[in-house]
Amino acid sequence: MAILETNDLSIQFGGLKAVSHLDLKIEKGELYGLIGPNGAGKTTVFNMLTGVYQPTGGTIYLDGVCLNGKNPVEINKLGIARTFQNIRLFGKMSVLDNVRVGFGNSIKYSLLESFFHVGRYRKNEKVVTEKAIELLKVFDLDGEKDTLASNLPYGKQRKLEIARAMATNPKLLLLDEPAAGMNPNETAELMNTIRFVRDNFDMTILLIEHDMKLVGGICEKLTVLNFGTELAKGNTAEVLHDPRVITAYIGEDE
Amino acid sequence: MSSFFSYLIAGISLGGIYALIALGYTMVYGIAKMLNFAHGDVIMIGGYVAFTAISTMQQPVWIAVPCAIIACILLGVVIEKVAYKPLRSATPLAVLITAIGVSYLLQNVALLIFGSQARNFTSVVPDDFSVSLGSINISGETVVTILASVAIMVALTLFVNHTKSGKAMQAVSEDRGAAQLMGINVNRTISLTFAIGSALAGVASVLLCSTYPQISPYTGAMPGIKAFTAAVFGGIGSIPGAMIGGVVLGVIENLSKAYISSELSDAIVFAVLIIVLLVKPTGLLGKKINEKV
Amino acid sequence: MKKFTLSKPAKDRYITYGMLAVIALVVQLYITYGDASRSFKGLLVPTCVYILAAIALNLVVGISGELSLGQAGFMCIGAYVGSTFSVMTEELIASSALRFPLALLLGGMVAAVFGFLIGIPVLRLRGDYLAIVTLAFGEIIKSVFNNIYLSTDKNGLFFSIGVESKANHEFDAATQVDYIKGAMGISGTPRDSTFLICMVVIFIAMFVMLNFIDSKQGRAVMASRDNRIAAEAMGVNVTRAKMTAFVMSAFFAGVAGVLYSHNLNTLQASTFNYNLSIQILVFVVLGGMTKMRSVMIATIILYVLPEALRGFNLSNYRMLIYAIALIAMMLINNSAAIKRVREFLRAKFARNKNVGGEV
Repeated sequence: MAILETNDLSIQFGGLKAVSHLDLKIEKGELYGLIGPNGAGKTTVFNMLTGVYQPTGGTIYLDGVCLNGKNPVEINKLGIARTFQNIRLFGKMSVLDNVRVGFGNSIKYSLLESFFHVGRYRKNEKVVTEKAIELLKVFDLDGEKDTLASNLPYGKQRKLEIARAMATNPKLLLLDEPAAGMNPNETAELMNTIRFVRDNFDMTILLIEHDMKLVGGICEKLTVLNFGTELAKGNTAEVLHDPRVITAYIGEDE
Repeated sequence: MSSFFSYLIAGISLGGIYALIALGYTMVYGIAKMLNFAHGDVIMIGGYVAFTAISTMQQPVWIAVPCAIIACILLGVVIEKVAYKPLRSATPLAVLITAIGVSYLLQNVALLIFGSQARNFTSVVPDDFSVSLGSINISGETVVTILASVAIMVALTLFVNHTKSGKAMQAVSEDRGAAQLMGINVNRTISLTFAIGSALAGVASVLLCSTYPQISPYTGAMPGIKAFTAAVFGGIGSIPGAMIGGVVLGVIENLSKAYISSELSDAIVFAVLIIVLLVKPTGLLGKKINEKV
Repeated sequence: MKKFTLSKPAKDRYITYGMLAVIALVVQLYITYGDASRSFKGLLVPTCVYILAAIALNLVVGISGELSLGQAGFMCIGAYVGSTFSVMTEELIASSALRFPLALLLGGMVAAVFGFLIGIPVLRLRGDYLAIVTLAFGEIIKSVFNNIYLSTDKNGLFFSIGVESKANHEFDAATQVDYIKGAMGISGTPRDSTFLICMVVIFIAMFVMLNFIDSKQGRAVMASRDNRIAAEAMGVNVTRAKMTAFVMSAFFAGVAGVLYSHNLNTLQASTFNYNLSIQILVFVVLGGMTKMRSVMIATIILYVLPEALRGFNLSNYRMLIYAIALIAMMLINNSAAIKRVREFLRAKFARNKNVGGEV
């Protein structure tokens, strides 16, 4: 069974059809790319998948559970985590704390235990801190665990966003332009990290990207959006050679 | 029934004063995105200038009133230049605290010069301005306040919508960066906004002190807060909102004083504000702002 | 053997606790054995009240990132509830060692309940709207308490808001006792607030708040402050997080109110106007809004300094000086021009350091 399935997914803002009739089917463990020119509606799709916007038509199923009508918090608990195109870290919190926020729902202790640091607090905090540092190591951020997130260099901020999303223990990870603003070296390193995450955490990843090298390099399947509708989909190599895609998107680029 | 009308008319008059003060809050908020906490105290200073001119220096009204207005304008512009302008890029909270500092400063300057006790203010309105409609007696202050506020609101609306400077104000309040790129002198526009807001405060100060014929260093504080409430009530940043908010608030305050409880009238005014904001979180005419994800 | 290490926030907490202990000890020794003046002694409890109210407000303003101008309202609730309780039970519970903690707890809890009820509508609003509504609630609370009448006679309890129904009520004059007398407030509250008790209360409050900040619930609050949308996407219930901070803040503000009212012969609601809320906000903002310890220090400096100026012949000018200092501080800390100068100096300094490092 597909881990994520959308049928006829549509959203309209006033008279504007931002996304219409989108069918996405992502299997477990896939690295799936959602590409398209600016304004094609890619981030809008993410916003619908995560409950920021409610679709005006169609359905979203995550692992068999319908996500329509659910809010972002519920959807995160059901197993979708995301990063943001315009980085949205918890800037005044430390790198470690950013990740520990992600672990928030996987540890249980009461407010009273927090007030006095007793009971389950001690054990759970210890576990969560260890897990968080382990995760930071994957992203090569453990050396900066006490740095404020807003003081990190740009590339590391993007990585921290992925680490924080991973901390919520998702079934599906949504990455919104993870390589935006990175130089070729950083992008190459990021590609390795994304692959590593997929392989070692058995993660399913859906990513939005402009960088064709990154898309071609790591995505197995693609859906191309243009003006809110699906232009093409299928295996990466085929889609990237589709003449319609080249005219609509890549032709523009080169 | 006739007593109801006289309360209502007095309420409209009080509301007119609130509206004039609220306009200052709302225009400054719209353009500088800051709560000018010192605005109420500018009114107090205006009141003292008029008081000094009339009672101490024995000047006629036609000199005293313009003096008060000019003093308020100068004060407003100077406060903006000295205290707020350097903080354009600072956090809103830093600006708010500075405004609170300015408010303390003005109150304490007045306290040092005039002392803490309230002085009697001689009304600027001659006695023969009062009007009788059947059994209802309307005081001259009420008549003048209502006429003056209506005239000012009409003039302000025309100014904002039909002059170059007024349109520049709208543009800066909509998007300061874009306005600057379009060649609008943002600093001058902000100064102009403070000048107009303070001029309205000057008019309000004379009307307020004539209606409640006393003045003390704290005269401006409560009307300032109420007018601020009125501005939020109408949707802060919106000029018609401030006018409606001010009048509605004044009427509610006066009617609840008359019919419910004079001690609890302030509580009722604030309760109405809360109810309005619960139904419309950005006030009556406020714009809803969505954050882009 | 297990190695004993402290995390960074834990270390920071112990510094704060140590500081509190030192202050408590030094000041207590000074007032017991030194020749502390009357005015110095008179300042102690109010200073503690302001510290508690300020660190409580910092939970909302600094940690939760919402501008609240209603702190005085919660203090008012705590003060009235605590005082009424103490006055009514003074004979029943003779020992103040038992009665006062109960009063503190009760005052805090009632304030917390109101915090919750007010929080439901208030926390739906954002930014300046939230600020004005909290201010409005504070003023409503003040006005209502200013009009409360509470009396007993042999027929039982009498309670009213507004003087009219009291005037119409037939009291048994021989047994009538007035507890709350409208604008006249409450008189005869036992003077239970001592400096040491205040310090113990601050210590407990600090302990609970700092522990809270270093917990998953506290992190949820700060995450909601830093980026609401990201917090929700990470599964943080933003409304609940903000409510927790708001209610905790109301609780401790209520406790501060109880401390305040047990230091006065007569308690009047008019004390708790928005100016008090603003004064506390100033302490919080100038304390930097992040560290509880800095807020505490800022409160001590900003409250005690102007009071200390009373002694000199500058006393007429003290609030004027305070106002100018406040404006100057904000301009120095925040103005764009001064920031540029500072960055220039920093860059220069850093470059020199680098050069030194290479050599």
